[in-house]
Amino acid sequence: MCNAQIDVAQLFSRPGSININILLAIFLIGGPVLTLLLLWVVYNSPWRTLQGKPIPQPVPFSHEHHVAGLGIDCRYCHTSVETSSFAGIPPVHTCMSCHSQVWRNATVLAPVRESYISGIPLHWTRVTDLPQFVFFNHSAHVNHGVGCSTCHGRIDRMQMTSKAVYMQMRWCTNCHGDPARFLRPPDQVMNMAWIPPPNQHAAGQKLIGDYHIDTTHLMDCVTCHR
Amino acid sequence: MSSMKRYDFDSIRERLRGTQGEELWRSLDELGDTEEFREWLMHEFPAGADVWLEGLSRRGFLKFAAASMALAGLTGCANQPFEPIVPYIDQPEGRPSGEPSWFATALPRRGFGTGVLVKSFEGRPVKIEGNPDHPASLGATDAIIQADLLGLYDPDRSQVVRKGTSIGTWDDFSREFVPVMERQRLAGGGGVRLLTQTVTSPTLRAQIESLLRIFPGARWHRYEPVNRDNVYAGTRLLFGRPLEPRYHFDRADVVVGLDSNFMTDDPGAVRYAREFSDRRRVDDPETSSMNRFYSIHSNLTVTGSMADHALPRKPSLIAVYARALAQHIAGVGGGIELARDDAHWIDVAARDLMAHRGRALIIAGEGQPPPVHALAHAMTAALGGIGSTVTYSRPVTDPESNVDSIRELAHDLDGGGVEVLVILGGNPVYDAPADLEFARRLAKVPMSVHWSLDEDETASKCRWHVPASHPLESWSDLRAWDGTTSIVQPLIAPLYDTRSAHELIGTITGSPMHGHDIIKGFWRTFGPVRALLPPSPKAGGAPLAPNPAAEGAFASWWRDTLARGVVAGSTEPDVAVTSDPAAIARLLGEPWPAIDESAIDVAFEPDPSILDGRYANNGWLQEVPKPITKLSWNNAALIGPDLAQRMNLANEQVLEIAFRGRTIEAPAWIVPGHADRAVTLHLGFGRKAPAQTAEGVGFDAYPIRFSDSMTFTSGADVRATERRRDLVSVQHHNTLAGRDHVRAATLDQYRREPDFVREPEKEPKHDETMYPPYVYPRYAWGMSIDLNSCIGCNACVMACVAENNVPIVGREQVERGREMHWLRIDRYWAGPLENPSTFHQPMLCMHCEDAPCEVVCPVGATVHSSEGLNEMIYNRCIGTRYCSNNCPYKVRRFNFLRYSTRGDEVMELMYNPDVTVRMRGVMEKCSYCVQRIERARIKADNAERPIADGEIVTACQQACPAQAIVFGNANDPQSKVKKLKDQKRDYGVLTELNTRPRTTYLAKLRNPNPELEKG
Repeated sequence: MCNAQIDVAQLFSRPGSININILLAIFLIGGPVLTLLLLWVVYNSPWRTLQGKPIPQPVPFSHEHHVAGLGIDCRYCHTSVETSSFAGIPPVHTCMSCHSQVWRNATVLAPVRESYISGIPLHWTRVTDLPQFVFFNHSAHVNHGVGCSTCHGRIDRMQMTSKAVYMQMRWCTNCHGDPARFLRPPDQVMNMAWIPPPNQHAAGQKLIGDYHIDTTHLMDCVTCHR
Repeated sequence: MSSMKRYDFDSIRERLRGTQGEELWRSLDELGDTEEFREWLMHEFPAGADVWLEGLSRRGFLKFAAASMALAGLTGCANQPFEPIVPYIDQPEGRPSGEPSWFATALPRRGFGTGVLVKSFEGRPVKIEGNPDHPASLGATDAIIQADLLGLYDPDRSQVVRKGTSIGTWDDFSREFVPVMERQRLAGGGGVRLLTQTVTSPTLRAQIESLLRIFPGARWHRYEPVNRDNVYAGTRLLFGRPLEPRYHFDRADVVVGLDSNFMTDDPGAVRYAREFSDRRRVDDPETSSMNRFYSIHSNLTVTGSMADHALPRKPSLIAVYARALAQHIAGVGGGIELARDDAHWIDVAARDLMAHRGRALIIAGEGQPPPVHALAHAMTAALGGIGSTVTYSRPVTDPESNVDSIRELAHDLDGGGVEVLVILGGNPVYDAPADLEFARRLAKVPMSVHWSLDEDETASKCRWHVPASHPLESWSDLRAWDGTTSIVQPLIAPLYDTRSAHELIGTITGSPMHGHDIIKGFWRTFGPVRALLPPSPKAGGAPLAPNPAAEGAFASWWRDTLARGVVAGSTEPDVAVTSDPAAIARLLGEPWPAIDESAIDVAFEPDPSILDGRYANNGWLQEVPKPITKLSWNNAALIGPDLAQRMNLANEQVLEIAFRGRTIEAPAWIVPGHADRAVTLHLGFGRKAPAQTAEGVGFDAYPIRFSDSMTFTSGADVRATERRRDLVSVQHHNTLAGRDHVRAATLDQYRREPDFVREPEKEPKHDETMYPPYVYPRYAWGMSIDLNSCIGCNACVMACVAENNVPIVGREQVERGREMHWLRIDRYWAGPLENPSTFHQPMLCMHCEDAPCEVVCPVGATVHSSEGLNEMIYNRCIGTRYCSNNCPYKVRRFNFLRYSTRGDEVMELMYNPDVTVRMRGVMEKCSYCVQRIERARIKADNAERPIADGEIVTACQQACPAQAIVFGNANDPQSKVKKLKDQKRDYGVLTELNTRPRTTYLAKLRNPNPELEKG
């Protein structure tokens, strides 16, 4: 037994074993760190978050065409955005109010016409989907100076609609913690091209007062989780 | 384990004598200081309540643990699945998606209408609330109406047409049924019988009348197992015609109840509870007054528990006490011998009544025989109560005896001439009087059709069973006990291929129509006035001339009536009645049955939760602890402590109750304050229909309920066995340590000593705390609960369940102390065992200023909001349960298992979309209905105004018939809640811990008669 131990010790020189230990340490610690880092990057990449990725829809509806091209107001279709938690998806009737006159025979609009005739509603796919423990209210935001494009991005430039931001809680609290950075005057809420003025923070502070925003309550958990 | 624990009654009585009636106690176990009680007190999650349902090996546990570890990290990786958004084709105007709408309708309770407002979300009814414009509701409801929402979504509901055991279609049914009816029509209809429950619907009545014209030989029978036969027979006895009494508790200073449970059993119960409680609100000790309530009752009910003076006596004896009282009032001679104390009690009550002429009321319970009712009315009349504390109107339903009606039917069935029997609702195979042997006789009918919400015992005995539409999915109309009529409008299209009673009658008469057309057609033809003609099948005659009202006027009347929920002017007018002064003497002179004082009475009462059994399949109602006994998922043979001592009975010991050759077995439950020599059995349990929630819960009392003794009998034989059957009572669950959770005084004491609730020596200083000081510049939400008004009826508990998606956990989980109710009602007793005072205390999250739960949460899942709410954030909770351990009020509930019904496509429709559905492993508790706060806030913010007082109404507050709960902004000196909190009676529970609860209580006051108090 004793001899065998001596033999083994002679096989490896001391400096060599240190190198192996260091390599082992790098592998054991660095490996997982690297893997986690990689996972983190993948986790937050558009490949997973679908940020900027068009979502397939039954009809290739173009916000760019309708908003930027035709200049239709958001509220023409999303009628309840100022009064309800839900902005509203237009009933097929709204589509047909124009498309019974224009593009009457367009192939891409066939599902709309079929739905109108058959009475079977279209099944759109939700682009921005919050978890079920989050309660979001559109009216509370657009009536208090949070613009459409702050959350939905440049919808007016989207041929196919996609998620503009990846909505994690830290993203929400960016604004809930310091709304002055994002608030707009009432007439700018629907403006897709709005960019914050140089004095945004001061203007935002004034708007908080004008809108009577209770900033302490904004960071209460129950504001969004009930 | 199964050994029966018997109480040492003598030492308990001895101990209670020592407390002078001041000490509160919850149960005999607490008084006996049994091991079981100490276990519940010391351990929030008792030793027997381990997490696994069955035993789990160590090896199995490690496997689960390893698998959970491996999967734990993966849950965050998946994206949510894509979700469709389905817009309308054509959106109705003024109905934005994402916001609830409200519709007025009515729901039946024992056939009588209660006006409700139903909250609809994206076309799904999600919450039922009372209609303030409806006289039977006044904006509140009882527990049953709240829970009827689950009745709609009940997955066990009857969904298909059945012929025997095979599934059929409505067409199959019509193909077989319509030719049979055609043959009957040609033969004069002599073989047709129709059996309904109580019918108050003017349209259904007209339909049945026209059916009877088509089939002149047909007969219409009515049977309701818990009915108002005695009430109508009683008024007939005194006034010569059946009348519906309408009590006015708001005008009554002194009330005597004769086995009456008017606060929950009467068709006007919700209103009565409100009026009664209004007379017990004491805002100012100097100027406020209180009514005084004497109750002679057998079983301790919600109503009896509110008595200032209770006299528990067995049901057959109550007639004797009624006569004794009547003799005093009429000033006639004796012949009735009562024990000295009892005679004094009656004497005092009689003098109190006579001192309040015109403001006195005597009310007899539905279970008492007609002469007692007649006597009660005659006494009230003699005291000048008619026109003041009681008025009378024509009954809105047929006042003929239910029992006679079904007896005739049973006789006809035996005769063999009945070819067709249509059972329009009800479950006679289960609940008809035992001596009628309805199931056997039903088998003789070649064509029997059963229309019902449930595939119950009767369904399987009929040739055809056809599924009924729920009142929330059908058109109908209903009348309240005072005549007020409501149009019942559907909130949702029928979930299954079901039909309403109106539609079924249409099928029978060969003119199938949609329910809407039937109801609207009726009201168009007969108009708002003609439809309300007195209900008399014979005078129905030919159809009345069409109302000449213009179509436009009708359309606007129809729209307005639907919107309001009440048909204007439909209340029955008062009928002028007189009772001559000699009436009492005449009634007393009638032959009254001799009472065997030593016999044990057996009383049959509707269950406080599931009534006669028609709500037995409703899990909410099965699980909610019953008001007095706190039993859940059970019924029991309720007995008093005297009987238990004499027969040496223990809780859960099985009794054999034999009557006329039939025997049932029932586990005993000792109820302090229950009459001696009486056993109370609650109906509706022991169901045998398979695969239903109710199957196998409790025992069935109907087998010993005979047609001549529907409410009680003195002839039964009660024997004890040595067997035991487990009962689940939550009376020890969530037991609070410490003392004086309920503080009480008499009105006189309060006047003398307005600060009686204060305990300055116990109150810690507010600065003796390590908690940070909170400031609330705008809102500070708070709640005040008036223990003086609370009747302990469970309406708030059911409302909370419906509003907050609180799950049902089932009997086995309740036994382990895992019921999930955010709001519970603690029941305390004080005073002697055989006749204690009862106290109800709703207990919910106190939203402590310095909350013990907040500081122990390792993940910040329960935190303090800027407005003082104690927030519970489910998505952060990891289930350590530290918060619950640290909560002195024991109001936190933990999801030990996956209790929610998420994933069940029908049950999911019921969820309130404003409240998260909780998953397994998270803690939950009362949130002060934060979803309602936030909705009100957003509405107010959008309108740029502050939230007004009264704008936020919590679900419990909304439902409370007694208006005992008030919620609001305690920062606002003008708010209602602040004014209540400023009252001298206001106190907090366990404030000695310096938790500074936001929910505070107004102390209970009693208004005893000094003459009885000293005795």
